[in-house]
Amino acid sequence: MKYVDEFRDPDRARALTLEIHRLVERIDRTRGGLERPLQIMEVCGGHTHSIFRYGIHQMLPPEVEFVHGPGCPVCVLPMGRVDDCVALAERPEVIFTTFGDAMRVPGSRTSLLKAKADGADVRMVYSPLDALEIARANPHREVIFFGLGFETTMPSTAMTVLQAHAGHIENFSLFCNHITIIPTLKAILDSPDLRLDGFLGPGHVSMVIGTRVYRFIAEQYRRPITVAGFEPLDVLHSVFMVLRQIAEGRCEVENQYARIVPEDGNAQALSAIQQVFEPREFFEWRGLGSIEHSGVRIRDTFAAFDAERKFPVANLQFSDPQACQCGEVLKGLIKPHQCKVFGTACTPDRPLGALMVSSEGACAAHYRYARIDTSALTGRAVVRTGSAPAALRVQA
Amino acid sequence: MNDRINKLRDVTINLGHGGGGRAMRDLIEDVFVATFDNPALAALEDQAVFPLAELARHGDRLAFTTDSYVVDPLFFPGGDIGALAVSGTVNDLAMSGAKPLFLSCGMVIEEGLAVDTLRRVAASMQRVAIEAGVSIVTGDTKVVERGSADKLFINTAGIGIVPAGVNISARRAQVGDAVIVNGFLGDHGVAILIARQQLALQADVASDCGPLGSLVATMLGACDDIHCMRDATRGGMATVLNEFAISSDVAIHIQETAIPVREEVRGACELLGLDPLYLANEGKLIALVPARCAQRLLAAMRRHPAGTHAAIIGEVVAQPAGIVILQTEFGGQRIVDMLVGEQLPRIC
Repeated sequence: MKYVDEFRDPDRARALTLEIHRLVERIDRTRGGLERPLQIMEVCGGHTHSIFRYGIHQMLPPEVEFVHGPGCPVCVLPMGRVDDCVALAERPEVIFTTFGDAMRVPGSRTSLLKAKADGADVRMVYSPLDALEIARANPHREVIFFGLGFETTMPSTAMTVLQAHAGHIENFSLFCNHITIIPTLKAILDSPDLRLDGFLGPGHVSMVIGTRVYRFIAEQYRRPITVAGFEPLDVLHSVFMVLRQIAEGRCEVENQYARIVPEDGNAQALSAIQQVFEPREFFEWRGLGSIEHSGVRIRDTFAAFDAERKFPVANLQFSDPQACQCGEVLKGLIKPHQCKVFGTACTPDRPLGALMVSSEGACAAHYRYARIDTSALTGRAVVRTGSAPAALRVQA
Repeated sequence: MNDRINKLRDVTINLGHGGGGRAMRDLIEDVFVATFDNPALAALEDQAVFPLAELARHGDRLAFTTDSYVVDPLFFPGGDIGALAVSGTVNDLAMSGAKPLFLSCGMVIEEGLAVDTLRRVAASMQRVAIEAGVSIVTGDTKVVERGSADKLFINTAGIGIVPAGVNISARRAQVGDAVIVNGFLGDHGVAILIARQQLALQADVASDCGPLGSLVATMLGACDDIHCMRDATRGGMATVLNEFAISSDVAIHIQETAIPVREEVRGACELLGLDPLYLANEGKLIALVPARCAQRLLAAMRRHPAGTHAAIIGEVVAQPAGIVILQTEFGGQRIVDMLVGEQLPRIC
């Protein structure tokens, strides 16, 4: 495919990998040996997906590790919110519209997919504007759109609310679960057991919010960050850029994805967000707990389009099952396969923890693409589950 | 035959056409018997009867399969529900090496369906049946109330004969076997997605829907010991390879660069967040064959119209057993797992 294959060129990948190895040797020499591997967090679930899909993690030297960040909005959605979705969807007058990803996310009782099978009118849409169309076509039903995601999806939801307002489409409302990236990154950086050495910044989110907003990471927390694209060469190149900063003792905000991401973000998108949404005091995250100002709600001006004000919403909170170690995985303290329940009690078929839920969740990606260490195909392969990995070594 | 044609004067199907009376007989005779045109069906008995001796000429075992077809929309680029209902069942038979011979056809029709639609579907079934060398010898028609079915559902069952000495099974994969596919993957899945018109997306992709019996006969001529063979329908090639790996307790190693996928299909997958390895096909088979006959088989397949773009895409290895591993075009590796549910598009 034109303009895509160029970003997947194996020859360039080999050249970059070689450069990365050289950089790591240089860091190792200057520091007189590394005590532990360098940890780079890819914030966005899209990067996690690329890393596993293309096997990028296997191309890095053992001294560099990816830590899979919180950037999968489906994964971090708390169970109580899913229950609220199901309760809304089960109302007979409601057509509940959602992106496909959210259909399978388990609540404490059931998922939207199962509620649909039990008779709820749940419809999968590709854009919030599709939901608005459904509202126009069904004036006697109440159409609710399940707004979900970071600043990437927020502008289109905001535009939809603005259009509903302008068109007086009174049977449309938004169940708002949008979250923001900056407070979440702060919460991770403030964690006392933080080990991260650098960040791959989210590409699509940054297309909206720009790159200046990450300066605090470099200036206050002294960590290098590179805003990264999603093609495999983008990811490798961004890893190279973060390592180069580490080798040169710099902590800056760099932009590898400049072909898409402007420094100031997208003014029109930001203005739509600003018009429609305001920060919530707290928002509950699966795996991370409650984070100050990490979610948004609909402003009073547009209260008529707020499903939370239009319908009774229980807003119950459930804590994650005790066995889950999602929080530790998110902070990079353990790898997905080191979790006690990975691959045993917690699998993509029956997810227990947040990170196993969506294909972009760290654990689901790890399970799906890398639960066996394939780097040793010619020799031994190690089956990775939460229980005694060493005992499950398979000899080729 | 002529006395059977044009008996049916209704424009749309109503509940009376499933009532067992004259209206139903007119429908069956005018649409199905006239179109499928064979003596077994024309006899209008409750069953088709065929002599065992005739069957035994083709081999020593009977293959028997059934499948139901509920595709929406009924017509799509490259095919329709009728073509699918014949080729799907023919292909399920052919994957055992059987020569497909006879099909049944059960129609569940929603009242209000245009008779012309039914005629088009029947004509399409007959066209593919002739191409596949099978006869539709028995059938059933039910009409249900509006809303009880979506336009038209078809069930076909099929009988075929497995030649003596042919033994194909998902349990027979052996280390060293070559993995062969007969052409481009994912065409059907993308054609249907686009035909549903829910996406503002256009691409010139037609379904690969078609019978594979003749290709399989060619393959059996070129390789006397095909170990495993399945058609990669729902769940795509990834699912079939996983079934082979699990049933035979082996690992399958495939090369992304060797897998034939059309540019248009790759493009649509990129946009929608789908993986062509999991997309449905309706005219693609995956075979595991001994390495010694792989090249000869590949050459024979490429000479057949249903195998022009056939390719060897990987091999069977011992470990890690039960796992399919893909060498990515980029230079890394990953597991190709079974799907959890239906492949749903990602949101960001």
